[in-house]
Amino acid sequence: MPTVRLAFSSVPRYVRTARLVAVAVARRAGVSEDMLDEVRLATGEACGAAVARHRRHGITDLVQVEMSDDGPYVVRVIDACGASYSSSSAGQDEEAEDADRMHEALLAALVKDLEVRKGEHGTEVRMVWPVRRRLSGM
Amino acid sequence: MEELSLATREVAGHTVVEVRGEVDVYTASRLRERLLGVIDGGASQVVVDLRRVDFLDSTGLGVLVGALKRLRMSGGDLALVCDNEKLLKIFQITALDRVFALHDTVEAATSPPAG
Repeated sequence: MPTVRLAFSSVPRYVRTARLVAVAVARRAGVSEDMLDEVRLATGEACGAAVARHRRHGITDLVQVEMSDDGPYVVRVIDACGASYSSSSAGQDEEAEDADRMHEALLAALVKDLEVRKGEHGTEVRMVWPVRRRLSGM
Repeated sequence: MEELSLATREVAGHTVVEVRGEVDVYTASRLRERLLGVIDGGASQVVVDLRRVDFLDSTGLGVLVGALKRLRMSGGDLALVCDNEKLLKIFQITALDRVFALHDTVEAATSPPAG
């Protein structure tokens, strides 16, 4: 199964790298050009939220991003913030709470096929985009 | 390429903060510091020019909303200049197009209201 994996420490500056990789792989996978901005923004949102969760709880594990183009284009963002950690933004400053609400609205609107799974060992955000064509040489 | 650059100028009684580049979880803190700086420096009518911004995420939106709330508490206001369809869509999705005054040009954002 053709898959690209990326793992990065919970530092905000690496979120941009993850966005760039996700878009590059999406383009190669054959996601239509008019959806690439959605891939870029949604991947950035998912990775940014994972970094924020790790930093909020002092988790030092890497954030993992897996991009699979075997069929539709699937991006999975996996963190180590499991069910034992609170996911609520309550208690943060007001700006962070506003940003969290907008994060949820953006992800829900940008990704038609979105699944968020909170397991014992971490949270997985799975996003799927259709593939219209494949580039030659794949 | 520089990820984010900021420039501040005065236009018709407004403080205009021109933003270029990407506003995200990494760079949003710099925009926050700049906006808090101009507000704490006494600016009450602030315009953020987003026409050269090619990426804006929820962290950046949070900074803009925070600055707007802070200004409105003291009788000021914050308007946005944006002519980028990608960004306008983000404001529509989050319903912030009903919260911010959005303008196509700095001139429109700094003009006195008609009537």
